[in-house]
Amino acid sequence: MSKRPYYVTCGAVLLIVLILFQLPERQGHGVKLVLGGLFLPLFGLAGSAEATAGRATEKLVSRGSLLQRVAQLQQENQQLRFQLAQLQEAWRENTRLKQALSWQPIMPWQLKPGRVIGQDPANWWRMIHIDLGSRDGVRPNQPVLTPEGLVGKVAEVGHARSQVVLAGDPACRFSAQVQETRDKGIVAPDESSFNPLLVNFTFVPTTAALKPGQLIVTSGDGGVFPKGIPVGQIVDVQTNLSGPYLEARVRLLANLNRLEEVWVMLP
Amino acid sequence: MNWINTLALLLLAFLAVFLECHVRFLRNLLGVQIDLLPALIAYAALTMSLLPLVLVAALGGLWFDSLSSNPPGLSVLPLLVTGVLIHSYRSLILREEFYPRFLLGLAASAAVPVMTLLLLLATGAEPRVGRWSIWQWLVMALGGAVFTPLCFQLFDWFNRVFNYRPESESSFRPDREIDRGRDPHVDH
Repeated sequence: MSKRPYYVTCGAVLLIVLILFQLPERQGHGVKLVLGGLFLPLFGLAGSAEATAGRATEKLVSRGSLLQRVAQLQQENQQLRFQLAQLQEAWRENTRLKQALSWQPIMPWQLKPGRVIGQDPANWWRMIHIDLGSRDGVRPNQPVLTPEGLVGKVAEVGHARSQVVLAGDPACRFSAQVQETRDKGIVAPDESSFNPLLVNFTFVPTTAALKPGQLIVTSGDGGVFPKGIPVGQIVDVQTNLSGPYLEARVRLLANLNRLEEVWVMLP
Repeated sequence: MNWINTLALLLLAFLAVFLECHVRFLRNLLGVQIDLLPALIAYAALTMSLLPLVLVAALGGLWFDSLSSNPPGLSVLPLLVTGVLIHSYRSLILREEFYPRFLLGLAASAAVPVMTLLLLLATGAEPRVGRWSIWQWLVMALGGAVFTPLCFQLFDWFNRVFNYRPESESSFRPDREIDRGRDPHVDH
């Protein structure tokens, strides 16, 4: 059998792949967004089916347990209102003092909720898809979080969906600090652990007093994440043998394996 | 070329990529997402001509990359190379048996992620790889191996339902016909 068709076909595909590789990053993203847009009806369909299933499950919950839940939430709501009143007073005082000292005031976070519609099919990336896009005001590099803590940052934005790179992915390294001691370091992927919820807190000066249980928050350096977003808790600390700095393993507060809804921080 | 089969295979590849992205059950359970495209490539390479094989490799790879952080087109080459290799040796493979199908699925599902990772590293990307990647690789290979014979069964069923059945041969043979008329050679 002649091998010519093999060579011609493989050559043609090789050429197409080479052209795709040579595309500038922005155009490459464009090609991916166009192709990924073909999946939008399926994502919509799956979302509707899940919502219908959720509504059907809600109907099975007994009235007694619903009333109990309402009472619980009312109590929690009252407590939160007291806390909010206290915090609002502290916020106003803080703003007045900052104005007196001519300091830049911290802007309150504007959050937009989004639904997680998928995850990177490749095992070597940590990325999710959300149902918010440029039509919702989402832009690249905006922080993404849950009430528990930081999730990651927006990477690519389409019209109706976006890709979010999760903390722990090589493309999402950021500066963070220990909340108590203010010691700074870099949050990077933990390449020795199978657990996707563990990340490395590295490049911390050897003079820092890191202890298990300490809370790590974003430091605000780098301009992507604002200061003070909770990231995780230190699990254990080790001295890096290849460099004069400390390293700690940090368990992320947001459960990245069970993400269903996230909040995008808009400017 | 049987275009219905090709369309069905492309549709299955599209659905497979969507499910790999949307369904998180296996990932939460085992920490790995199984890739179904190598199994489909093994099926296409064994049963179809070169054009459907190239179509599945090219479109499947592009769809996969569009939902992934991979550079666009990266997954096409490993799928194509695996498919063409199997296709060129398919006359030597006992493709009707379960065991060769399982082994081919295993080999394809093991080879594709390794080639993709090597290509990724060659492009200067920094994929998240560590010791646990061996576990992921083993699960992916085994998952693909299990899916490959299922894929054959699915398409066997599909062909039975949607394709014309071959006409069964008649048992009539002209040389065995019994002539019941008068024999002209006999004098009455």
